[in-house]
Amino acid sequence: MAEIKVDCVGETCPVPLVETRKALRQAKEGDIVEVIGTHPSSKKEIPMAVKALGLEIIDIQEKDGVWRIKIRR
Amino acid sequence: MAGKATIIVHSGDMDKVYSALIIGNGALAMGMEASLYFTFWGLQRLKKDGLGKGPLSKMHLMGLGKWMVKRKMKKAGVASLERLLQDFKELGGKVLACDMTMEIMGIKKEDLRDDLISDYCAVGTYINEARESTITLFI
Repeated sequence: MAEIKVDCVGETCPVPLVETRKALRQAKEGDIVEVIGTHPSSKKEIPMAVKALGLEIIDIQEKDGVWRIKIRR
Repeated sequence: MAGKATIIVHSGDMDKVYSALIIGNGALAMGMEASLYFTFWGLQRLKKDGLGKGPLSKMHLMGLGKWMVKRKMKKAGVASLERLLQDFKELGGKVLACDMTMEIMGIKKEDLRDDLISDYCAVGTYINEARESTITLFI
C-alpha cells in the first residue's frame, strides 16, 4: 500500500479539490492519499467529495491554519 | 452518487470563463461527469491563444480593471485558465464546440484548439446531455 502526498499549501479554489481527485484517480485500492493545504473551504469540501466518491476519510487535523486530510482509496 | 453537470459557456468574459471552468472542475472532482459547451463569445476562447483574451464582464476599464483583477488573482494564488482547462480535460471533462457559431463567425477548425475539443455539435447534443444532467447552467 502506497501513501501519496498532495501539497496544496497556498493554493485556492478549486485546486485542492482537483488535485485530491487527480491523486485519488492515480491511487490503487487501499492506498492512502494525504492532502495538505491552507484553503479553508477545501477542508470542508474535500470530505464532501470523498463521501460522494464512496471513499473513506481516515483522519483530519489542523494546526496553525494548515490542515491535513487522510483518505483511503 | 454520480450525476452530470452540463454548462453552456456563452460568455467570453474572462471572469465568466473562470466560473465555468471552476464549476466544471468542481463537478469532476466530486465524482460527476461534466461537459462544457462553448458557443458565441465563449467559443472565441477556444481559439488558439484565445483562452485568457476575454475582457472583464464589469469594470474592464479598457483593460485596466482586468489587469488589476489579474494581479489580485495572482496574489491570491488562483490557478490560470490554462491550468484549469488542462485539469478539466485530465479529469475526463468534455469540451464541446458549437458548429453554428463557427459558421456565423467564420471560425474554422484550424483556428480552434482542436486537440482539446471532444466534439463539434449543436443544440440537440446539448439537450440530450442536459436532460440527464442534475446540474445545468448558462454562463
